[in-house]
Amino acid sequence: MSTLLVSARSLGKKYKLGAASLGTLSLRDRLTDAVRSLRRKRSEAEDFWALRDVSFDLHDAEVIGVIGRNGAGKSTLLKIISQITEPTEGEAHLFGRIASLLEVGVGFHPELSGRENVFLNGAILGMSRAEIRRKFDEIVAFAEVERFVDTPVKRYSSGMYVRLAFAVAAHLEPDVLIVDEVLAVGDIAFQRKCLGKMEDIRAKGRAVLVVSHNMSLISQLCETVIWLDGGRIVKSGPTREVIAAYMAEGLGGSAEWIPEAPLGDAFEYHRVWIDSDSGDAGTVAADSAFDVVFDFTVKRAMPPGRLALMIASAEGTPIMASASTDHLPAIREPWKLGRQRMRCTIPGHLLVPGRYFVTTSEQVELVEVLRERIFAFTITEQNSLTARDGRLGVIAPLLRWRAEEIS
Amino acid sequence: MHKVIKARTGAARLNLAELWEFRELIYFLAWRDILVRYKQTVIGVLWALVRPFVTIVVFTIVFGRFARVPSGSIPYPVLALAGLIAWQLFSTAFSESSSSVVGNSQLVSKVYFPRLIMPLSAIVSSLADFVVTLAMLAMLMLWYRVPVSPTVAWLPLFLLLCLIIALGSGIWFAALYVRYRDIRHLIPFIVQLGLYISPVGFPSSIVPERWRFLYSLNPMAGVIDGFRWSLFGGRNPIYMPGLALSIVLSIAILISGAYYFRNTERLFADII
Repeated sequence: MSTLLVSARSLGKKYKLGAASLGTLSLRDRLTDAVRSLRRKRSEAEDFWALRDVSFDLHDAEVIGVIGRNGAGKSTLLKIISQITEPTEGEAHLFGRIASLLEVGVGFHPELSGRENVFLNGAILGMSRAEIRRKFDEIVAFAEVERFVDTPVKRYSSGMYVRLAFAVAAHLEPDVLIVDEVLAVGDIAFQRKCLGKMEDIRAKGRAVLVVSHNMSLISQLCETVIWLDGGRIVKSGPTREVIAAYMAEGLGGSAEWIPEAPLGDAFEYHRVWIDSDSGDAGTVAADSAFDVVFDFTVKRAMPPGRLALMIASAEGTPIMASASTDHLPAIREPWKLGRQRMRCTIPGHLLVPGRYFVTTSEQVELVEVLRERIFAFTITEQNSLTARDGRLGVIAPLLRWRAEEIS
Repeated sequence: MHKVIKARTGAARLNLAELWEFRELIYFLAWRDILVRYKQTVIGVLWALVRPFVTIVVFTIVFGRFARVPSGSIPYPVLALAGLIAWQLFSTAFSESSSSVVGNSQLVSKVYFPRLIMPLSAIVSSLADFVVTLAMLAMLMLWYRVPVSPTVAWLPLFLLLCLIIALGSGIWFAALYVRYRDIRHLIPFIVQLGLYISPVGFPSSIVPERWRFLYSLNPMAGVIDGFRWSLFGGRNPIYMPGLALSIVLSIAILISGAYYFRNTERLFADII
């Protein structure tokens, strides 16, 4: 028997647009505004619904993911459930203690030491002093900053800072944990650790509401997903279905593809995605190399197969294609059994900034299957002095130029 | 535990129970402010002494020597410092709590806790400096051999009154500051002007009798008189109608401020 922890009914949040009402104002603005509104009635068009008619239930030991593009209303929803801002309409019932982690290290003070910040941040997130004292060693060990607990955090590397901040939050014991895209930080090893911690949280019967652009994280963690767009729920339900629909739209923030259902009995895809060190999920800086990674399982012995990918522009023009048989002689040997990954590295300084679609194909047991436009990704401008943004053409390779003197 | 989140209609309740639940956070934020105030300073907490000390030296020369302000049987520096510690407590507590919400805007937009925690913790942190200046007054009284009157037992009450005034006006300003950034310019102005219109550098007995009640509209006048009376006893009698006015005013400011704050705080995260 599961317990209802959060029940949201028709939540809506309206903001008034226009400089005067969104930001802070001076008294003078306020006065001139009042004079102006005597003459002209405020029009409905100035209202903006960041969230409208959103309902869902969250039970114990349940993890619900919230996905959608930037500006879809995800953060607004979390802020309402966290009681930071008030809904304009609808209501939510909370049964139990809620802790929210909308930003890592909120309340951290750079001048204070790691130890002092753990206590401060813990208190801000709702822990009692006794509770923090009890968990202090565990928190510091989790963050791997034992040697630096008495150093001001302004001298921490950004990695240490983030680890410490997440460690505090990870040791909260609320009934409902609300998390906004905080796992997008830290190195891979630490991310894995955090993921493990989130699994623990659920295993202890707590509920999690998590926003992420990272579809693999969402599909690993959640049974249920809510897809928001323009402040409204587009689709909600079992993770696989919602993510598939979201990806089918092609255009999710996140550059990856996860099959809707297991495919075939000889070969099974788990996921195909873009792995890059630069930018968020789904974006790659123009000067950085990135990998297209295929994650799959070979279920029975078979003759050598072939994976291939094609990148096309947003208009559909093919830009380039590559196949796993291009470079790896080993591929002429039969595929190994079991789960494995194949990576194709696409060099930096190749594609011009813009949106691209990835089409893949796999040839398994001499049968080729084409998967068109399984996801999109964006090459972003470099924003650096040496940027070569805005070049004509579809590729912008970094070519060698040299001056030659003639005697 | 069951909590309902929805658009609020009508006036807000103070919800002191919830404030009590979060009381540890008041302590933590105050502790942070005190730690940060003196981190990476060379003389640290001595700064809390330098400011009143220099002010008293200047006051003694300007008001005590040049202007020959009467100080009764009490040496002028002692009389002035007794007023100054009260004024400085008020001015620190008032300006810190006024800017507490805007100063913690990162917290306001990312975490939930009763927003009144912020001005409250600012008041608590300002008490740290007060303890230091109180010690300084004790030393000065020893130096000038001014005996402590038994009425000193009343001092905590005047201290409380001072904090109520600072908190009441501080929460009014903190709430207004979120919306109107004009407040930033107003705070130092009030603190500076208040130092001259409050009886800090002079005893309020030099105010002509017929203006005395009007003068007491500044609630800090009652507090400073109270400080002097409780420290030095009957030689500095209290003007009772003024004190009564001061008490009524400060409680009115506190209650109205708390309600104004609670009724506007739901917009803080949206407009900060």
